[in-house]
Amino acid sequence: MADDATPVTIRFTLDGREVEANKGEMLIAAAERSGTYIPRFCYHPRMEPVGVCRMCLVEVEGPRGTTLMPSCYIAPSDGMVVRTDSEKVKKAQDGVLEFLLANHPLDCPVCDKGGECPLQDQTLAYGPGESRFIEEKRHFEKPVPISDLVLLDRERCIQCSRCTRFAAEVAGEAQITFSGRGDLVEVAPFPTEPFTSHFSGNTVQICPVGALTAKPYRFAARPWDLDQAESTCTGCSVGCRVAVQSSQDRLTRVLGVDGEVSHGWLCDKGRFGFEAVTGAHDADSEPGRVTSPMLKKNGELVPVTWSEALSAAAAALSTAGSAVGVIGGAQFTNEGAYAWAKLAKGIIGTDSVDAQLNDGLPAALVFGLPAATILDLDTASAVLTITGDLSEELPVLFLRLREAAHRGTPIVQIHQHPDSVTSIAHSALAVRSGDTDAVVRMLCGDDVQAAQLRNHPEGLSFDPAALEAAKAALPHGGKGLVVIVGRENLAEDGTLTAAAAKRIAAAFPEATFLVGLRRANVRGALDLGLTPGFLPGRVTLAEGQSRYAGTWATIPSATGLSTVEQLRALATGAAGAPSVLVLLGADPLTDLPDGALAAAGLAKATTTIVVSGHHTATTAQADIVLPVTVANERTGTTTNVEGRVSVLAPAVAAPGQAWSDWTIAAALADALGADLGLETVDAFAAEIAALAPSHRGLSAQLLAGASGDGIIIPVGSSPIHGAQPLDPTAFPGVKAVTARPLGMEQASLPEGAPASGGAALLAAIPEAVSMPGPDGYALRLTVQRRLYDGGATVTNSPSLAPLVDGATVKVHPSALDRLGVASGTVVRLRSAAAHLDLPAISDKTVIKGTAVLSFNHATADHAGNAAASLIDASAVVTDVRMETR
Amino acid sequence: MSTTIVTARRAFDDSFTIERALATGAYEGLKKALSMTPEAVCAEVDAASLLGRGGAGFPAGRKWSMLRKNPTTYLVINGDESEPATFKDHYLIERDPHQLVEGVIIAAYALQVTQAFIFIRGEFALGLERVTQAINEAYAHGALGRNIFGSGFSLDLVVHPGAGAYICGEETALLESLEGKRGFPRIKPPFFPAAIGLYGEPTVVNNVETVSNLPWIVSNGGAAFAALGEGRSTGTRLFALSGDVEHPGVFEVEMVKSTFRDLIERPELGGGVRGGKAVKAIIPGGVSAPWFFPEDLDTPLGQDEVAAKNSMLGSGSIVVMDETRCMVRAAWRITKFFSRESCGQCTPCREGSGWLERVLYRLEHGGGRMEDVDLLLDLCDNIAPGLTWPPQQTTICVLGPSIPSSIHSAISRFREEFIAHVHDGGCRHGR
Amino acid sequence: MSHFSPALRAKAEATVALYPKKRSALIPLCHLAQGQDGYLTEAAMVEIGELCEVTAAEVRGTATFYDMLHTDPVGKYVVGICTNIACMLAGGDDLLEHAEQRLGCAVGGTTTDGLFTLEETECLADCDIAPCVQVNHRFVRTTTPEALDALLDELAAGGRVDEIPSHGTLIRVERTVGLQVPKDVIAEERAAAGAAQAVRMEGSK
Repeated sequence: MADDATPVTIRFTLDGREVEANKGEMLIAAAERSGTYIPRFCYHPRMEPVGVCRMCLVEVEGPRGTTLMPSCYIAPSDGMVVRTDSEKVKKAQDGVLEFLLANHPLDCPVCDKGGECPLQDQTLAYGPGESRFIEEKRHFEKPVPISDLVLLDRERCIQCSRCTRFAAEVAGEAQITFSGRGDLVEVAPFPTEPFTSHFSGNTVQICPVGALTAKPYRFAARPWDLDQAESTCTGCSVGCRVAVQSSQDRLTRVLGVDGEVSHGWLCDKGRFGFEAVTGAHDADSEPGRVTSPMLKKNGELVPVTWSEALSAAAAALSTAGSAVGVIGGAQFTNEGAYAWAKLAKGIIGTDSVDAQLNDGLPAALVFGLPAATILDLDTASAVLTITGDLSEELPVLFLRLREAAHRGTPIVQIHQHPDSVTSIAHSALAVRSGDTDAVVRMLCGDDVQAAQLRNHPEGLSFDPAALEAAKAALPHGGKGLVVIVGRENLAEDGTLTAAAAKRIAAAFPEATFLVGLRRANVRGALDLGLTPGFLPGRVTLAEGQSRYAGTWATIPSATGLSTVEQLRALATGAAGAPSVLVLLGADPLTDLPDGALAAAGLAKATTTIVVSGHHTATTAQADIVLPVTVANERTGTTTNVEGRVSVLAPAVAAPGQAWSDWTIAAALADALGADLGLETVDAFAAEIAALAPSHRGLSAQLLAGASGDGIIIPVGSSPIHGAQPLDPTAFPGVKAVTARPLGMEQASLPEGAPASGGAALLAAIPEAVSMPGPDGYALRLTVQRRLYDGGATVTNSPSLAPLVDGATVKVHPSALDRLGVASGTVVRLRSAAAHLDLPAISDKTVIKGTAVLSFNHATADHAGNAAASLIDASAVVTDVRMETR
Repeated sequence: MSTTIVTARRAFDDSFTIERALATGAYEGLKKALSMTPEAVCAEVDAASLLGRGGAGFPAGRKWSMLRKNPTTYLVINGDESEPATFKDHYLIERDPHQLVEGVIIAAYALQVTQAFIFIRGEFALGLERVTQAINEAYAHGALGRNIFGSGFSLDLVVHPGAGAYICGEETALLESLEGKRGFPRIKPPFFPAAIGLYGEPTVVNNVETVSNLPWIVSNGGAAFAALGEGRSTGTRLFALSGDVEHPGVFEVEMVKSTFRDLIERPELGGGVRGGKAVKAIIPGGVSAPWFFPEDLDTPLGQDEVAAKNSMLGSGSIVVMDETRCMVRAAWRITKFFSRESCGQCTPCREGSGWLERVLYRLEHGGGRMEDVDLLLDLCDNIAPGLTWPPQQTTICVLGPSIPSSIHSAISRFREEFIAHVHDGGCRHGR
Repeated sequence: MSHFSPALRAKAEATVALYPKKRSALIPLCHLAQGQDGYLTEAAMVEIGELCEVTAAEVRGTATFYDMLHTDPVGKYVVGICTNIACMLAGGDDLLEHAEQRLGCAVGGTTTDGLFTLEETECLADCDIAPCVQVNHRFVRTTTPEALDALLDELAAGGRVDEIPSHGTLIRVERTVGLQVPKDVIAEERAAAGAAQAVRMEGSK
């Protein structure tokens, strides 16, 4: 909290020398910072200490002599005298290790952890040379799978409780607990409820022995055979720190690295999705990569050379002139995004460029709202969230939010369906799709639409007491308030959430915002101009004319079409429709919330050029397919939800003839007879820093010197740190990250341009449109993203693909009662656009009058994104009727 | 010697009914307490110098005074009696539940709490029935609930069952169990119940026998209690005598004025060693206590007196082992108990107790080696460094450092028996 | 769908209401469930989790800490014989061995007719009548093999029903009143008591 921000320094004596500790810091951490490493197993810097393993015992002087105390559990006090190297301490360490090894099986030769095992390492460094234990060790059947991804070897377990504490404390789901007593204590899930947490893989990494192993990595490699590249995860826009390990040009595993963004954690998709890049280590199949350019000849896609593909693409583009639409780019690097922005807007001359698929929020909102960082959650006075399910969309951000809740920070949640945040919220306001703005008004004290909410046939969706509690929790003026806003519902127009966010910004002028758009580099794509009406650097077309005039061949003067506008224009045959569509890593046939529009629009394009890493429904329909590199094959940078630019490092070579995103843009420019003028990643970075105001001062050098956490732009808006040393037992498996200081004072950092023009940008956000009244027979549809869905990463990862649920619709039990069917019966959902047959599940937490569907799950007769078939992009909200079949 | 404080109703078969209880003065002490200020009640307990009767022997008055400065939220009574050979709370729970309930209400009044729990070990099925019935009757009688006897003081009392775990007799493990969790003791500091107790609130935990003394103390005055016994060990105390004696049983005896020999040999008490045999060793205060030997028999039954002999009065349980008994077997069985009851939280106790049990098993049943004897002592040292008394600990709670007591006592005094077991390939002594 | 019978569900809910925090009812509810089913079934543990607002894994993890709670079926009569120090001295090991032979099952096991489960227990706190034996947590005080045999015969023939009810330690525990002091009253009374104490402290200076 704010008043604890100034650390009080405590001075104590450690092994004869004076050492300083910060207030609230445990002895073990203070010692480590001062250069004395005290061995430990159960202690973990990102969890509460428990003091159970007893490995960290140190001698503390007291009035009656010295006592052995666990250094992870005591905070130093002024004048304390501590020894970590005395005979008594060494005997205790020998004793604890000998005790731990008593029942521990001699599995090292067949154990995944060998070579990176804290038990091995600390036995060698701190333990006795031999064990005197000659008895029969205890035995358990082993290994047992505790989920589809994690296996448990109970004999190896040293009962440190890191995994059970992680599940309960960090992830908030106590799916594994200790069972039994004494030396028969084991970790166990409930027999019929496996460890399905999206964060289960973290327990494998933090386990200090080989008790927990990951199916995607079991027996795959020995740590000393692995090469490591530190990079940023590109599974979503949180951008967690990762160490990517590979062997013989195949990705072997991805580990979390401690840092200020992700605290070392990863979600299982980020951790195991590497299988979609170079395949699973024991799988026969290859992931569905596009490895060669392809051209449609006689109705079939055939592999061709790059020169043939580029010629065909250039020919189609030349014919189209500036009637070209570009969709996608949110999965590209920053340099790739800039390259395509320059090609599309600065050479081809079209502003119909949109990185989002009508499934995010307006760029003006992203640029206009005062920005928060994830670290602001640590000191926030309150947090307000208006999002889908954060634990499914931005999982590690959800973990960071849990930390804030644990600290006592009140969280006010506006939701359309209770989820993991609801259980930690101070007050939760349930809203039906379309009502968010009305409820936000009430939160700001404006009850003009309250009657309408109350008059809904099913009654008010939220508890009035919760509203009062929420109002009380939000600080006046928004001082210290962090707002997380994301696309709550894909069946509802994004303008509704945008309007609500704008209203909050006006009512709470000091609040800062995290705009939780999901795709890995959607922020970078928007920042670098892949959105209509803006040029790279968050400048409008008007503002950017003079800025780019010297470097770009042409600059559009009129705002172009968004993704939906492009597709609608094509589908309706309107004038001004693009004739060539270029899809940058985008798969609208799967991902556009309006499935029918995607199909109709794409079908009408004269030529569809798809740049993609994987084969998708959209590449199958393309005229030209160009293979691009994906995660862990690329250099460059990416930008996360905070506007933090961080480095991407390649770990494996590109397969086949796949090229990097910017290389394809440059080659295409060349084929068009133009010149992007940039030939290396560094050249791109330099031009961006020179021209894009938001990136001023950001250099490759600065990034190289900073820690893996990267730099939040504008440069100078947040402190920049050098790389910190890492505790080797906290996140085992990560080869030592070299600690290095930043090499310059914060004060002498280059100055970035301050964010400006926010008010004008926000002013342009339209007010929420008024809602159609509720239809008494219909259910208002809420469609939300899930972590495991029909996307390319999960589909092409053999370990994750089986975890995708089939599509179901969740409704309140009363809705099923009215229909007279039991939970699980297949029903027909009918919207204005289409109908869908799928099982209806009774869920008493569903808001009455609504129905909840997951995005991008398939039904028995609708492969691909079943929910998208029900959504009409021109409707503000989606009502469905539920019928028996 | 014949003053009875807590076993006054012993003669009656129906001692547990409200009718008998009321006929013999139940709830008169409570009425008197309610007419005094809470501070005055605490003062009587201080004057009585009532030491805790659970095992630690901490003065109850001092425990309460810690909480007078900050309000206490909860009172919890520890009826988890699971210490081997201790069976005196069992008597109080089953045979005089109204005395217990009255004592709890008096304590609650003195501490000004409005919620109290009696934690009774789950194996006492009859005890749970009787105390619950006593509570039902107390509510009906106006001694519990709102505005007790018109005093303005209100109290709700809940009986809570254990489910079979010795460690839940440790006060912080008891609170964990009462919170519905595994009985893992908490680290002290900071989790002293007075500061951070049940649900994190300031809590007093008192033993069944301790609070059962309160009706008498309030009715007769703390000074009258302190007039019995000597020094810090005032009043009477229940001792549970078992093993090789003619009359094992629960005896209420004046503190300090009686000795171990009195308890074991007097005809109205233990009646002497069975079959007229000689004492070989005595476990004086629960199996955590270092053993006593024939030369210790004249030690007075007092807390400080026993502590001065490097042992403890503990739970008031006394087990007599005669000359025919095998000391290795005794040490083994006690260690097996600790191994089964170790909660498993911390390494030295979890792994050490099992290892020690296996070594002792080999010594007793065949397969023991010469080096095992010193191995036992070194393993004990890794749990309780220095093998001092009172013990130091590398563990979270005191169960770990209790394990060495019997092993250290047995080896120190009877090393030749251990060596004989090695040479003989097991025990020749019989059971 | 409740796994508990309506009467048991009512008792369970009343038990939860006795505690300031719901999780405290976990162990009493496990005892109640064992009273219905003899042991803790998975369905019971799921329901207890819902009533106490914890996960089923937490219920099972907690229950397995305790000797009295069984997650596998047990016999109609659970026979516990103590062999801890006082009972060992009184012949507990012999009595246990005799019981194994008489019943024809190993310690920890259940007879094939499902009638008896034999357990070796730690101290049951009845050490003057050693070696201690409990059947379904009732002290039966059969300290000799002959007495034990006689009891087992009677039980097998369906006798002694009143003395030894079915498995479940709370099976005959009936609390007749709920909590009488509402939470707001507690807060008020504590505040008043604190104020009165402050006045007395002042007065005594």
